[in-house]
Amino acid sequence: MNRPPVRKYIKPKHISDYPVGPSFSAGYLTSDNSGWRTLRPVIDNDSCTGCLKCYLCCPEGVIYPKEGKIDIDYDFCKGCGICSKICRNKVIKMEKEKK
Amino acid sequence: MTEIRWHGRGGQGAFTASKLFGEAVALYGGLHALAFPSFGPERRGAPVLAFTKISAEKIEDRSDIRKCDYIVILDESLFDGNFINDLKPEGKIIINTSLPDKYKNHYDKRIIAVDATGISSSVLGKPIANTAMTAVLASVSGIAEPLILYKALKHYFKDELLRKNMEIITRTFDISQNIIRQ
Amino acid sequence: MKAIRKFISGDDAVAEAVRLASPDFIAAYPITPQTVVVERLSEMVEDGSLVSEFMHVESEHSALSACMGASAMGVRTFTATSSQGLLYMAECLPYASGGRFPIVMMNGNRSVALPWSIYGDHRDSLSQLDSGWIQIYVEDAQESLDMTIQAFAIAENAEVLTPVMINLDGFLLTHTYELVEIPEKDIVGSWLAPVDNPYAMNFDNPRNMGFSSQPSDNTEFKYQQHKAVEDSRKIILETEKSFEQIFGRSYGGLAAGFMCDDAEFIIITLGSVTGTCRTVVRELRKEGIKAGLIKIRFMRPFPTDEIIGLTTNAKAIAVLDRDISFGYEGTVFTNVNSALARTHNDILKMNYIAGLGGRDIPKESIREIFKELEEGLTTRPDKAVKFLNLNVETDEKYSDSEDNSTQHHREGVLLWS
Repeated sequence: MNRPPVRKYIKPKHISDYPVGPSFSAGYLTSDNSGWRTLRPVIDNDSCTGCLKCYLCCPEGVIYPKEGKIDIDYDFCKGCGICSKICRNKVIKMEKEKK
Repeated sequence: MTEIRWHGRGGQGAFTASKLFGEAVALYGGLHALAFPSFGPERRGAPVLAFTKISAEKIEDRSDIRKCDYIVILDESLFDGNFINDLKPEGKIIINTSLPDKYKNHYDKRIIAVDATGISSSVLGKPIANTAMTAVLASVSGIAEPLILYKALKHYFKDELLRKNMEIITRTFDISQNIIRQ
Repeated sequence: MKAIRKFISGDDAVAEAVRLASPDFIAAYPITPQTVVVERLSEMVEDGSLVSEFMHVESEHSALSACMGASAMGVRTFTATSSQGLLYMAECLPYASGGRFPIVMMNGNRSVALPWSIYGDHRDSLSQLDSGWIQIYVEDAQESLDMTIQAFAIAENAEVLTPVMINLDGFLLTHTYELVEIPEKDIVGSWLAPVDNPYAMNFDNPRNMGFSSQPSDNTEFKYQQHKAVEDSRKIILETEKSFEQIFGRSYGGLAAGFMCDDAEFIIITLGSVTGTCRTVVRELRKEGIKAGLIKIRFMRPFPTDEIIGLTTNAKAIAVLDRDISFGYEGTVFTNVNSALARTHNDILKMNYIAGLGGRDIPKESIREIFKELEEGLTTRPDKAVKFLNLNVETDEKYSDSEDNSTQHHREGVLLWS
């Protein structure tokens, strides 16, 4: 993974805890997007050849190369299924999201 | 006033359902209604809310809905047990699920589960459950008869699609009536 | 009359009204929450249900500039905008009113940046209160439709010739669907007189327009403009009356009172929050509290006499402002205060800043305001301006009875962590 860390927003208690104007130190995300997903891509890394086509095509940029294989950031994957569609070896399966 | 909250994902037609139901009761049911989406940006796939307010009198209070008479969930993955706390004492949660039996033994009896996607898929060939869920709500709430939903549907569909959506409403309404009787 | 009823949004209702009024020229640039108006109008022009020149422009500044050009030719013109768009065309607003171009504009009320926000409040339109435009505020979709039609009649009246801005609360009105009666086009057509601008430019009437003025004449032009807006009161009332005769609906002139005759405590509102307040006033009346409501429908011309008349028996009034003029108070409050200062110096006047950037204004908060008005009669708070539902601690106290000595300042804590 190579993304900014998530720091959950907490409503400030005192007015002096607000930044002066809408600004804050950069480099953080405030929420994840996993709630968008009904299907989850699952990679069979044993069969994956590491061609990185999914890494290139993922519109959310949540697929990363990891030790010659592939890793998915499930906190930000929206479950669109593009990776599964374009995988030439058909090793990414879309599975129903469990709660 | 009857206050309804709809849960769906962008693209599933939750707002259209809230509007269709409001339109039916306002134009053909002799009631007043307001229908509105959760205000803000629209994004396909993102969890969305929609609302319908229904009353015998003109609805002037445009403030947020806090406690609901009905929470209608188009996409089961959005169901959260805490929704129970958002209900009025006699309120009900109506949930679209492929496995309605799963909720039979739920600790709270205010949950009504219907396989709306199953009914829609068998008629339409597409898993679009929003019109079906308006029929479940109509049946459970007693606010609307299928007849007025048919009339409102005519503003949304024509010909074959209209006929199929009317069939979805008829079938879902009947199934819901049976579930309520049980 | 063959009116039809439809379940539509406030934006749709404005577009329907524009179709019925049938302007010859439209130039508008889409912006949330007004976008639907522009979409519908372009669809209507495309499918032929509205015969109008629809000009695509690259900005709001150009939209209003184009409308001025068209209006100068003596044709009916319409535009619509919101928030940043309104501010972007700000230069053209006094230009249009000074040029006496009877343009009608819909504004979807939305907060202004920064912080960036697409949600509703009145800071956009109220910031342009001095631009010389007549300003209308409405509370539901039907009133949006009716007042958009009336706006053309008011603006184009030869005694007025002043642009009119009709304001709909973003989302609460623009995006809420409700039942709206849509009159027949022919009937609107025969009610709404065609534009007959004696100062229009054409080949038979060549004119030198938009010239400059020396100090010797500028004041006279401004006096003339002021007089026209002042005198538009009469036209506004006449327009409403004649509209009611044909269409059966009226809304109470420049400011509409509700249960004000014997009211001791009155809340004064603008826009869509009026309905919530009316609901609360009804509840309080059942509980024996003499509550009342004044809905300001026109901010310019300002309903001074109406407000003085409606508050005859009031002991305390609260003005609900969806805006704040930083370093002073809410702009509606300033205007109301100025009106009441002429006769009602003894009554308690409170200002509640609420609903900024789309924040909900619940019934409970309105009840709380009435309670504070009642208590205020004995405590007489020296501070009139209060932020409603400010969900954060401050070191400020609004009431004299509270201890003001516990000043403390905490270091900025990384709460976004």
